[in-house]
Amino acid sequence: MSEDPGARGELFPHGSDIGIRGRGPTPAAAFEAAAGALTRVITDPSLVKPRDVVEIQVSGEDPEMLFYDWINALVAEMSARNMLFSRFEVEIANGGLRGRAFGENVDVRRHRPAVEVKGATMTCLEVRREPDGVWLAQCVVDV
Amino acid sequence: MERSGWERRAEAVWEHPATGRMRVPAVIFASEELLDAMDDKVAEQACNVATLPGIVKASFVMPDGHWGYGFPIGGVAAFDPAEGGVVSAGGVGFDISCGVRMLLTGLDVEAVESVLEDLADVLQAGVPAGVGSQGAIVVKGRELDELLREGARWAVARGYGVERDLERIEEGGRVPGARPECVSDKAKERQRRQVGTLGSGNHYLEVQAVVEIHDEKLARAFGLRLGEVVVSIHCGSRGLGHQIGTDYLKEMVTAARGFGIEVPDRELACAPLTSELGRRYLGAMRAGANCALANRQVITHLVREGFRRVLPEASLDLLYDVSHNTCKEEVHLVDGSERRLFVHRKGATRAFPPGHPELPEDLRAAGQPVIVGGTMGTSSFVLAGRSESPAFASACHGAGRSMSRHKATKTWHGGKIVAELRQRGILIRSPSLRGVAEEAPGAYKDVEAVAEASERAGLARRVARVRPLLCVKG
Repeated sequence: MSEDPGARGELFPHGSDIGIRGRGPTPAAAFEAAAGALTRVITDPSLVKPRDVVEIQVSGEDPEMLFYDWINALVAEMSARNMLFSRFEVEIANGGLRGRAFGENVDVRRHRPAVEVKGATMTCLEVRREPDGVWLAQCVVDV
Repeated sequence: MERSGWERRAEAVWEHPATGRMRVPAVIFASEELLDAMDDKVAEQACNVATLPGIVKASFVMPDGHWGYGFPIGGVAAFDPAEGGVVSAGGVGFDISCGVRMLLTGLDVEAVESVLEDLADVLQAGVPAGVGSQGAIVVKGRELDELLREGARWAVARGYGVERDLERIEEGGRVPGARPECVSDKAKERQRRQVGTLGSGNHYLEVQAVVEIHDEKLARAFGLRLGEVVVSIHCGSRGLGHQIGTDYLKEMVTAARGFGIEVPDRELACAPLTSELGRRYLGAMRAGANCALANRQVITHLVREGFRRVLPEASLDLLYDVSHNTCKEEVHLVDGSERRLFVHRKGATRAFPPGHPELPEDLRAAGQPVIVGGTMGTSSFVLAGRSESPAFASACHGAGRSMSRHKATKTWHGGKIVAELRQRGILIRSPSLRGVAEEAPGAYKDVEAVAEASERAGLARRVARVRPLLCVKG
């Protein structure tokens, strides 16, 4: 689980929109950290109480498309449920991903959301192991 | 932008000949200054689009062009189904039929400025905007399918607006050929509480004053008067449109190899127009477009209600509603012959010329109004479509970003921007100061230069310039 959602997740610049990036010792950890970065696009993750849990399941073998689907599933859940998430658990196995996202309903006064994420794009979409052994997962999101 | 390979063909027209896998040339409409300021990705993406099967004439980029997803934002490309032409989800974008409409109030600036704070309060309270906002209407099941088929007509039939509004919307407020059954349950679920909501980012509701008339005759035809107050609403298809884009982009990426289509960028993923996937996407995209038209129609109703409370004498007649991210089936003259083409406009606006039969009778002689949004601190423009347009009756859509959101938040503080704009007589209402910084006027191109280049390139004529008085953002 991502215990400090902002620590290993980061944002990177893009001309029109914004990039999200996560790093971790495993692909799953990188996916969790990137999910934290997704929240950072909208608000400070530390403001989001991990009260409720949403289960997410996506299938696929290609790590990049799995990441794309993971981020898009989070975007869809935030949109449909009017929620923000601050903690994540990801397990990648058997041709798919099982994830849990912990968060709460949007409170505009407390969360002061800056912008809505429309979806993950395939721009800068990468899942790879870096020379130091750390896994990286990233993409640009459309806002 | 690196200009190697690009040659000036005319004033504000630059061309890259068809080389390598390009089937047609790429053409950028821009002044020299705008061209130099464009990132290299614009050129790369314009040339990539030119490789797609069935593309006709050229891959075009409008003066506000910038780096997009597969297609450049500001990209225009037409495809012929009879020549294996394709439809691309990336060529339409996530925010299907994002667009802008302008309402004429009939009021003078002085009358509105005297109650601007009250008007700001009422509009901010009355029009749901931003993350966490929800519409007052819950639409689901058969009712949602009806909305997706009928667009703005759905809204007017339920009391959100008047019949006359429909005449002033592209396709009469209803894009034909929508197939709600091709829209996923996830997309429909996202839309349930979002009908009549503004969204966030570069979406806005803006009260503006007409400060300059460029063409008196066209301004009269459009009902625009110097010193009059107008209202612009910029938003799109919200969660439903976004999910359609997500769903079909992935499906097209997966299916591309099966169609034998090799694309230089996977975000150019596409399907032949005559394929089952292509037809399904068109059906879903048209449903998304109707969702955007319905959304802007409901917001118009909310704006009218707000004005009634503060300025009951306002008329709020719809001048026109244009959409930006679309693929429309149109007939165009190409080398002397009429051809049925599917025209993608990604961050570009349709600009029908004078005399076009799809224009309402009272606008037909003037040409189609084209509303070009600036920033919260600068001008916006009204243009008019013109005859012999070089790019399938298309024009620019806005200022276009010139700086990343990341850099904008490092450069400006939202609170200072709000204060500075207030000193200039512009009220900003937004739930997020970081959001304001991301949308800072300095993060966008010079919209006046974009409008001027559009005119010099023969895309559209300038009619009037408006400046903001009040901007409500999500």
